[in-house]
Amino acid sequence: MSGPVLSVEALRAHYLTRSGHEIRAVDGVSFSVGEGEILGIAGESGCGKTTLVNACMGLYLPPLVHGGGDVKVAGTSILGMAPAQYRRRVLGRLISMIPQGALNSLNPTRRIKDMATDMISSHEARADRREIHERLRERFERIGLDATHVLGAYPVELPAGIKQRVVIGISTLLDPKIVIADEPTSALDVSTQKSVIRLLFQLMDAGIVSSMLFITHELPLLRHVATRIAVMYAGEFVEVGPTEDVIFRGRGPYTQALMGSMLSIDPTGRQNRPVALEGAPPDLKLPIVGCRFAPRCPQARPDCRETEQTLRTIEQSQVRCRYVD
Amino acid sequence: MSTEPPAFEARELSRVFGYGRHARTAVDRVSFRIEQGEIASIVGESGCGKSVLARMLLRLQAPTSGELLFEGRPIDTAEDPRVHFRRVQAVFQDPFSAFNQFFTIRAQLQSVFRLFPERPSRTEMDERIDRALLAVNIQPREIDGKYPFELSGGQMQRMLLARVFIIEPRVLIADEPTSMVDASSRASILEYLMKLKQELDMTIVFVTHDIGLAYYASDSLLIMHQGKIVEQGPPERVTKQPQAAATRQLLDDIPDVNRDWLARGGA
Amino acid sequence: MFASLFKSASFVTGLVLFGLTVLTAVVAPWVLHVDVGQRVGLAYMPPSAEHWLGTDHLGLDLVSLHIVGLRASLYVGLVSGVVATLVGTLIGVYSGYKGGFIDDLLNSLTNLFLVIPSLVVLILLSSSFEQGRSLTLIALIIGGTTWTWTARAVRAQASSLRGRDHVALARINGYGTFGILALHILPYLLSYLFMVFVLQTATGILTEASLSMLGLGPHDSVSLGRILDEAVKNEALVDGAWWAFLPATVLITVIAFSLYVINTAMEGVFNPRLRR
Repeated sequence: MSGPVLSVEALRAHYLTRSGHEIRAVDGVSFSVGEGEILGIAGESGCGKTTLVNACMGLYLPPLVHGGGDVKVAGTSILGMAPAQYRRRVLGRLISMIPQGALNSLNPTRRIKDMATDMISSHEARADRREIHERLRERFERIGLDATHVLGAYPVELPAGIKQRVVIGISTLLDPKIVIADEPTSALDVSTQKSVIRLLFQLMDAGIVSSMLFITHELPLLRHVATRIAVMYAGEFVEVGPTEDVIFRGRGPYTQALMGSMLSIDPTGRQNRPVALEGAPPDLKLPIVGCRFAPRCPQARPDCRETEQTLRTIEQSQVRCRYVD
Repeated sequence: MSTEPPAFEARELSRVFGYGRHARTAVDRVSFRIEQGEIASIVGESGCGKSVLARMLLRLQAPTSGELLFEGRPIDTAEDPRVHFRRVQAVFQDPFSAFNQFFTIRAQLQSVFRLFPERPSRTEMDERIDRALLAVNIQPREIDGKYPFELSGGQMQRMLLARVFIIEPRVLIADEPTSMVDASSRASILEYLMKLKQELDMTIVFVTHDIGLAYYASDSLLIMHQGKIVEQGPPERVTKQPQAAATRQLLDDIPDVNRDWLARGGA
Repeated sequence: MFASLFKSASFVTGLVLFGLTVLTAVVAPWVLHVDVGQRVGLAYMPPSAEHWLGTDHLGLDLVSLHIVGLRASLYVGLVSGVVATLVGTLIGVYSGYKGGFIDDLLNSLTNLFLVIPSLVVLILLSSSFEQGRSLTLIALIIGGTTWTWTARAVRAQASSLRGRDHVALARINGYGTFGILALHILPYLLSYLFMVFVLQTATGILTEASLSMLGLGPHDSVSLGRILDEAVKNEALVDGAWWAFLPATVLITVIAFSLYVINTAMEGVFNPRLRR
């Protein structure tokens, strides 16, 4: 297959409030993910990353509305695709999602195997439940789960790490080309986080999944996960580039502020105090003039709030700041 | 060298749930000291027993064996628990589930005064609440008549801190104070807690799985694994020269940017 | 939360059905001429234009009897529902929250009431109050013996709420047991208790019918159960006088059914296990 697995062009999506305002949660985002790539998207809560995920999947549940742009999966645009065709051909097979907090949204009144079978059979025209059970069992064993125990269990009986593996197992059962993982490890402790990410890597190494979009608020984590990173703020990408560049040589002020605010075990001692990011992102209901980060930017200059900022290409990265060399 | 008794001293402290074959040992004969004025962190993965230990320090759970001393004296179960709660308080992980959804925020802040033997007058209560709110950068009018679901996560977190400002305890137990917060905001939660500590001259006990937070903020680290305290000491020593396998595992599992963390098979 | 209930077809159906029966019971006496004392004809006269349901074995107007009976049965159902819900909730919530010894004690009590067939208790109690068996007394007896299910269910809910953060916060605010039960546990159970109440009411109505058919119903009042009892005793079935027992049966069934349907619909919307 040639060409990118996922291609997003100038995507815009907004929430329509009851008073008729538009909250422009995704305001012109473009990127592509090729085969074998892991694109990490990092940003604070409220920057629009989950909305971006839903928009990429074509999940426009009210009050979310598509505002413009296109999403192409394996070369085919999913906008305007008939829902039935989308469900059978695309969802789960080409592109699949691990929603944020999925492990806590498992139906507590159903056993894992029943819930999983229902989900899968909605993608298959003539699904044989027995066959789906077999596939589930096989796949669960392959990803290190005790299939017999787990399939017959209720969610409340399983620890968080196991539940997240279950969610991953179900989302990737049909071998999707690209998986979008929205904060897959945020609710887990560090050891469980490592094993879940190890599982995601295993799926890619085994060819079950070809590419991944990894969403997180913990930018440093992407150093170990992503091949390329996009930093998102107030509905836009403010820096995109190869992992090493973004993490260690981040050019954008927001990227730098984000990295600087992280608590970590610093090998050089405890002198490097993390600097908390003060303030809050802008209200996306209102029209914004100039740079969206300017009110909070430690490096802001007077005219930052007046002129519109566009993504500029510097070497292998793109940065949304006119004062970066 | 201070001659004050330690804030907490545990001797072979245990908590077992259930009995017979189904008995589960959540806290297994732990012994430690937390000095007054110190910041101590109890670190371990989920399920290691740190939350149960925290509840014992808070006097919300009784030990099944062993001793727990607060400021040199055993916790007296015959005494009115409010005496202990005036001196030892907590902030919880999820600010939304920590508050009752049926009552206004102000009413719930007012109920804090139940801890005191004499309830101050209505005006004095309001004054003290307002002062606490300002201390956490919330304008009192902002929360007038509001219910928890009407505020943001960050604001509700600060309500938990405001409670502490009103009570002025000697010890604060912070149970996973940063787990539900963005990585980029964790430093600011810490700043509030440090400010709280300085102004009220408190001892802080962090209970967390985030060893990065613990390293940055603490004077002493206690590593917990399967109910036992496997290692204790100053953060530099524990992280640079870990003695216990569990400690090494925890440190290894942190995705620190400066070292290799997880090897990819094919790529 | 309550709004989504009305989107459920079963809830609306149940509510409408129950509402109609209640409406009938309340409004009918003003609209129709209800008289259960006066003989209006011969025994077991079939339905006619003046007497839509004919007459009973004493020649009394069955429409009047059914209306009075409906009111009585609804009354017993509601009162016993209230009593059972109250008793069961108080026991369940205290037992579930405290745990330990108190829980064991109250569980034993509940089991005792569960194990002894409630009908036997009812029969014993009923027969010892030979002369004074009023509707209210029956309702109280029923309420006082059918609370066990509620106690069990509420106990489970209270037990799971006990570990919540807001309860821990209330404790470190200095609240004692009763404060916590009243302010921090019960409010979270309100919708569940409503469901429970609906179920207990249905139980009450059905139990009254059973009691009456054993001849142990209210002594001097008419109730739907007593109508059935009289029909059986006076061989209305054998005589083919369907108008003497069928309407009452239908009414009891409709009331119980509509309440069960309402309960099921509520459970679907309110299931506390799905709520955070």
